[in-house]
Amino acid sequence: MKQLLILSGKGGTGKTTVASSLIKLSSAKAFADCDVDAPNLHLVMAQDKEPIKKDFYGLDVARINQDKCISCDLCRQNCRFDAINVNEGYVVDNFACEGCAVCTIVCPADAIDMLPRITGNLSLYKNDHVFSTAELIMGSGNSGLLVTQVKKDLTQNTDAPLAIIDGSPGIGCPVIASISGVDMVLLVTEPTLSGFSDMERIIQTSRGFPAKIAVCINKYDLHKENSEKIEQFCEEKGISFIGKIPFDKAAVSLVNNGLTLVDKEGLSKEAIVGIYDKIMKLLYGEEKI
Amino acid sequence: MKIAVLSGKGGTGKTFVATNLARSAERCVYLDCDVEEPNGHLFLNGPLLSSSKVSLPIPKVNESLCDGCKKCVDFCRFNALAFVQNRVIVFDKICHSCGGCKIVCPQDAIYEVDREIGQIESRTYKNTQVFTGKLLPGEESGTSIIHELFDKIKPEDSLVIIDAPPGSACVVMDSIKDVDYCILVAEPSIFGSHNLKMVHELVKLFNKPHAAVLNKSLGEDNPSKDYCIENNIEILADIPFSQELGKLTAEGKLVVEYNNEAKELFKDLLDKIYKEVRI
Amino acid sequence: MIIGIPADKEDKNSPVSGSFGRAPFYFIYNDETNEVEFAVNDAAKAQGGAGVKAASLIVEKKVDTIITPQLGENASMVIKAANIKMYQSKEGSLMDNVLYLKDGKLEQLGNIHEGFHKS
Repeated sequence: MKQLLILSGKGGTGKTTVASSLIKLSSAKAFADCDVDAPNLHLVMAQDKEPIKKDFYGLDVARINQDKCISCDLCRQNCRFDAINVNEGYVVDNFACEGCAVCTIVCPADAIDMLPRITGNLSLYKNDHVFSTAELIMGSGNSGLLVTQVKKDLTQNTDAPLAIIDGSPGIGCPVIASISGVDMVLLVTEPTLSGFSDMERIIQTSRGFPAKIAVCINKYDLHKENSEKIEQFCEEKGISFIGKIPFDKAAVSLVNNGLTLVDKEGLSKEAIVGIYDKIMKLLYGEEKI
Repeated sequence: MKIAVLSGKGGTGKTFVATNLARSAERCVYLDCDVEEPNGHLFLNGPLLSSSKVSLPIPKVNESLCDGCKKCVDFCRFNALAFVQNRVIVFDKICHSCGGCKIVCPQDAIYEVDREIGQIESRTYKNTQVFTGKLLPGEESGTSIIHELFDKIKPEDSLVIIDAPPGSACVVMDSIKDVDYCILVAEPSIFGSHNLKMVHELVKLFNKPHAAVLNKSLGEDNPSKDYCIENNIEILADIPFSQELGKLTAEGKLVVEYNNEAKELFKDLLDKIYKEVRI
Repeated sequence: MIIGIPADKEDKNSPVSGSFGRAPFYFIYNDETNEVEFAVNDAAKAQGGAGVKAASLIVEKKVDTIITPQLGENASMVIKAANIKMYQSKEGSLMDNVLYLKDGKLEQLGNIHEGFHKS
């Protein structure tokens, strides 16, 4: 199975819009949404059946037993995450607690337990295709492992030749977890100063992995000069530049109606078809375009 | 007064709103808490004045005192320690800096050293003092950087604008927990409204007074606007999609410096926010 | 030799697992006594540091040689520190790979990846 991951660095460049378009165009039978902080792919790829749902457990969370607590304050003093507050008794802030269990060892009254904690919800749709997605529960940290589980649920439930993965913005742990094991990363960027700056950071992050990297520009004609700069940058750094998609006002309505850029004839569709061709070449042989 | 600008979804215009609001005030402190991909300083682009390291304490083992009891390895919930060939190995990047191993060691053989995870950069741009948090690529948690950013606020700073990270994970919570007011920026796609809902739940959970700013509106169906109306979220501004504003922003320019309408809009918005907070 | 191989199932004829740190089991084969053991890998469920924990388990089991498709940098640090030999697995079952090793058909492992630091 070849795995294609769509990343961006900056949010809002069009990862999900491009990912859904590529899924439609390629008729991919395996896809996943690894943006567990703010999953959106399911809004475009509408599903008929209910998914198989699973709870995802993160690190344990501390709980102070009020009956045993003697208010000595040692737990609060030793907590490095400001996760213990006094509010009619000593209480753990579940969002701040990182599950380190230091409080349990400094407590002289054995008043603190570590309890299992659900930090995410996984959904696996299995029709004629497999779609794996998940949502991180608000305020949770450590989303990398949830991302890994999303990918695992996908790869273990299909033997489709191509899997397309909608990634998350940023450069942190969930992004790193999503890059692991993929064959190619497509960076969707936009012709803005912010987009360029973030693209550089995501390229730096991606370079540590064996996956091939390619860049495309979304909404390129909103600033053609900046778009040229991005192309030049890719050329200088030896990164495959594989296409530019024009801004399309109708894109928002298409997406709002559960459609993709390839569901409407025009320049956007042409651009995506061109990008797809080059992706296939890179995935199945060529080193660089 | 501390105002956080958040969005749930990336790319809706958090930084666009936050930087232009900052520029519209008489004086202001700007905290860029989007430590993975900070962008505010590209717009409020005064020269770099200083850069300070942000570090986390990492354990080190004094091998002459270590007797191989492995209590530290067994205690660590993050698997950041291993005991091999009579030595404790510390895995820096996995360590959460909780200090637990140091506490459990019966021989007092563990001490701590600093490990850099990011920086805080300081700049001044006209009326605004800008502090930018930057997480080193490969690092996981920006929480401590955000804490240090908030430490930069002085009592005499009457207006602080916080550019929060996208999403609703723990770093977003860190960015808003001490603020007085939250502005939720939303774009008119179902992606935008879906993520608006997430971030709305977050601000409600933290009991933060809040209002919405709609950005890049296309004048037709706006699921984000619908969400605001259905949920009684006041809409303080509805900024239409504008190729001109987009181009200025694409070039790293503050629209309030180049476009009179935008200048009026942001001045109005700031006034409205002041009124809301004073109530 | 005491050989350790990551496994998805407790069956010596099942394929080698794709992951070292998060394989549900380790197939442990004692070359001299022909004894076979399947050790449960607790690291598979760990939030982070799976490679470290998994490698520590291997060390505890007194394995002196591992056969694996890949190895993360944290696990490899522990494995190297313990002077355990590392070989690249080939397609085939757990037992197939044991025989490949004995026939000298396996190469030393060159595939150490950065992994994800905190997962």
